[in-house]
Amino acid sequence: MDVSQYLEIFIDETNGHLQNLSDCIMTLEKEPENMDTINEIFRAAHSLKGMAGTMGFKRMQRLTHDMENVFQEVRSGNMNVTSGLVDVLFQCLDAIEAYLDNVKESSDEGTDDNEAIIQELNEILNAGTGKTAPEKTEKVQVEKPTDGVHQKKYLDIEFSEKEKDELREAEEKGMNIYGITVYIQEECLLKAARAFLVFKAVEDFGNIVVYNPNSQDIEDEKFGFDFSFYLVSGEEIEKIMEVSKAVSEIEDVIGERVKYSELTAAAEKKEAAAAEAEKASKTVEAKAGEKTATQPAAPAATKKAAGGKPVTNRTVRVDIEKLDALMNQVSELIIAKNSLVSIGSSSDGGTGGANSQAFHEQIEYLERITTGLHESVMKVRMVPIESVVQKFPRMIRDLSKKLDKKMELFMTGEDTELDRTVVDQIGDPLQHLLRNSADHGLENAEIRKKRGKPEVGSIHLNAFQEGNNVIIEVSDDGNGIDTETVKNKAIERGLITPEQGETMSQKEIIDFLFMPSFSMAKKISDISGRGVGLDVVKSNIEALGGDVEVKSVLGEGSKFIVRLPLTLAIIQALMVEVRGEKYAISLGSIETIEEILAEEIKFVQAKEVIHIRGTVIPLIRLDKLLDCEPEEKERESLTVIIVRKGDKRAGIIVDELNGQQEIVIKSLGKYINNSSKIISGATVLGDGEVALILDVNTLF
Amino acid sequence: MANNISVAENDRKQFIVVKIGSEQYGIDISYVDNIVRMQKITRVPKAQPYFKGIINLRGEIVPVMSIRTKMDLEPDEFTDVTRIIILKLEEHGVLGIVVDEVKEVVTLAPEEIDKVAYDAKNSKSNFINGVGKHGEELISLFDTNSIIDEPEMV
Repeated sequence: MDVSQYLEIFIDETNGHLQNLSDCIMTLEKEPENMDTINEIFRAAHSLKGMAGTMGFKRMQRLTHDMENVFQEVRSGNMNVTSGLVDVLFQCLDAIEAYLDNVKESSDEGTDDNEAIIQELNEILNAGTGKTAPEKTEKVQVEKPTDGVHQKKYLDIEFSEKEKDELREAEEKGMNIYGITVYIQEECLLKAARAFLVFKAVEDFGNIVVYNPNSQDIEDEKFGFDFSFYLVSGEEIEKIMEVSKAVSEIEDVIGERVKYSELTAAAEKKEAAAAEAEKASKTVEAKAGEKTATQPAAPAATKKAAGGKPVTNRTVRVDIEKLDALMNQVSELIIAKNSLVSIGSSSDGGTGGANSQAFHEQIEYLERITTGLHESVMKVRMVPIESVVQKFPRMIRDLSKKLDKKMELFMTGEDTELDRTVVDQIGDPLQHLLRNSADHGLENAEIRKKRGKPEVGSIHLNAFQEGNNVIIEVSDDGNGIDTETVKNKAIERGLITPEQGETMSQKEIIDFLFMPSFSMAKKISDISGRGVGLDVVKSNIEALGGDVEVKSVLGEGSKFIVRLPLTLAIIQALMVEVRGEKYAISLGSIETIEEILAEEIKFVQAKEVIHIRGTVIPLIRLDKLLDCEPEEKERESLTVIIVRKGDKRAGIIVDELNGQQEIVIKSLGKYINNSSKIISGATVLGDGEVALILDVNTLF
Repeated sequence: MANNISVAENDRKQFIVVKIGSEQYGIDISYVDNIVRMQKITRVPKAQPYFKGIINLRGEIVPVMSIRTKMDLEPDEFTDVTRIIILKLEEHGVLGIVVDEVKEVVTLAPEEIDKVAYDAKNSKSNFINGVGKHGEELISLFDTNSIIDEPEMV
């Protein structure tokens, strides 16, 4: 057996612990006296150390060990939390994360010893405590065995003849026999893995002869919260106990050296012992109960850190590819259903009667089921954006130090859900935008004071759902975008002539910021300014089918609005026709549909608009937009679809409406050049025909 | 089975012979996924001019290219024998090309193929990487990868 099968658990848990640590250290910085947080950090560091150790990641173990030492001192009140300490601790987290990244890629922690960080940790430790550290740890080690009140369950094990022989032989060879019982924490989820890690650790020192329960049952997790075994080893018992305890989520390990003769004697007295054991085990249970009762603070703290989630949520890990396959099948089903619907409606004009009535009912039933099925599958793929945004407070804190600006990040809507594939890729663009706000947006303290703003700059990250889209806004109360400077820069770069610059709208000027290698930073820093920021943000978000919009008021701040599609695969759409060509428009962006007369069309700045219920809405003729053949005679009555993006509206003139339909979005592939982005994909209709999907967001 | 026969077979390549205009072209059969009859092609606005549009091939969306437009020949005329050849290329996915007629499958040995010298000035010949001699007839062999390549990014 090897540890690789536990690698995934290790990576998952380490990630969890790291996030937890990061959150706690942030809290600690604000409230250096918070004992609960200190305890929490200590526990997390301890678990990390144990896990790294059993997985054989020595460097990681060493680093976490030193972190643990520091917290040991903080916990016992010998040291105070300083800003310097917090900085070093964050460096430690980064280093552990780097190890973890290496582990993810190559199952190996890499070769960076991070000596500098370790040294810094130890310096802080020494400066804070003098030389009390070694004494302390010793004391703790002495304490631990004394509070071991667990039953020595290994004495209950029955031996087979073969096992007896093995034990006798070993003793004759001068080896020691140790009986060991391991107690696992009751909230542990993967008992078998823990047991395995214990076995792996002790097998470095000797051979395990007897298991109770037997090894198969342990592997299948058919045991309570303890297991016992006999180990034949030449090593001292202390060492073996130590390595077993290093495994995380192990409550306690009890063990002692036993003589073969005692063992056989004990086996004979078994019957008498059985009754006693029962009694004893009851007291153990009672004690265990007591223990959890007297320590409610610990689990409560963990729960708090996890955001009030239940410790055991019933989940199944599923490969995203399997979900994709499921999604594809649901898509096929919907296409098949759509063709039934179209057959149903085409036979409508025929004979009719009871048969067709029943047929329709069944189709409606089928429609409900497929829609429900689709929604369920989509929901399975949805994850909250929390997993991405939770690392941002830490990032802003670091930036604040680095840039020497005071700032705070406020986040709302972390529980907004998005398709898994979108969530995975949204992290980098958002990070760019936040860095941008911190570096370019917020002014330094002096300017802020002069402008009468609070000294601490604020950055907001708000996420919410709007129709078929999820909106993520990143806003700051900083300087805003100086369109004059941007314009001058564009002229300087030769992108536009000064005359062109005069007539450009603010939006057009801001769009320059999204051009490749158009950096506004006056000097290049490692935070931003190399001109690889906003254009990457834009292309990343567009690749996900979304877009970015900027609103900015000079001197007051700017707001980046990222719009992402809620689902990637199936949408409700309105089918329209232009010169016999069929197009689909996502229902989410449609506001109303209007019938207007040709003479109602007015002109503003030589562009067609319509005045409906007090709003002036620009009109777009879909036939012209899509280069269709012009119609011979202008129609008198026109069908206009009013679409909306944020607070902007536009009216799209189409020839005909073909009703609402659930459509499966398919990509056009890589060959077709789709630079205008107006076509976001294609879909197969019920009759096998292909319709293109219009992305009306590109019309604005 | 005798080994030497299979070795000889390995060197020989099979080509699907198609007619475009008055010329005969060969397409390496290992790239061909399927040959389908002409069907309704949905136009894609704003796409490159040589893309006729997209078709539905058993639920999959397949872009269809007019090789005539790409080679600056006169536009396609669809007849009963017009076919769409579906090419499958490893990383690029599936692509259909319109041909006037599909004639036969031929097997050519290496000595029956003349490599054509690359002529950068004439973009048309870029699509051809050899001429095969099959009996009396000459078959221009398509370089499948260059059909896909953008001529130049405008």
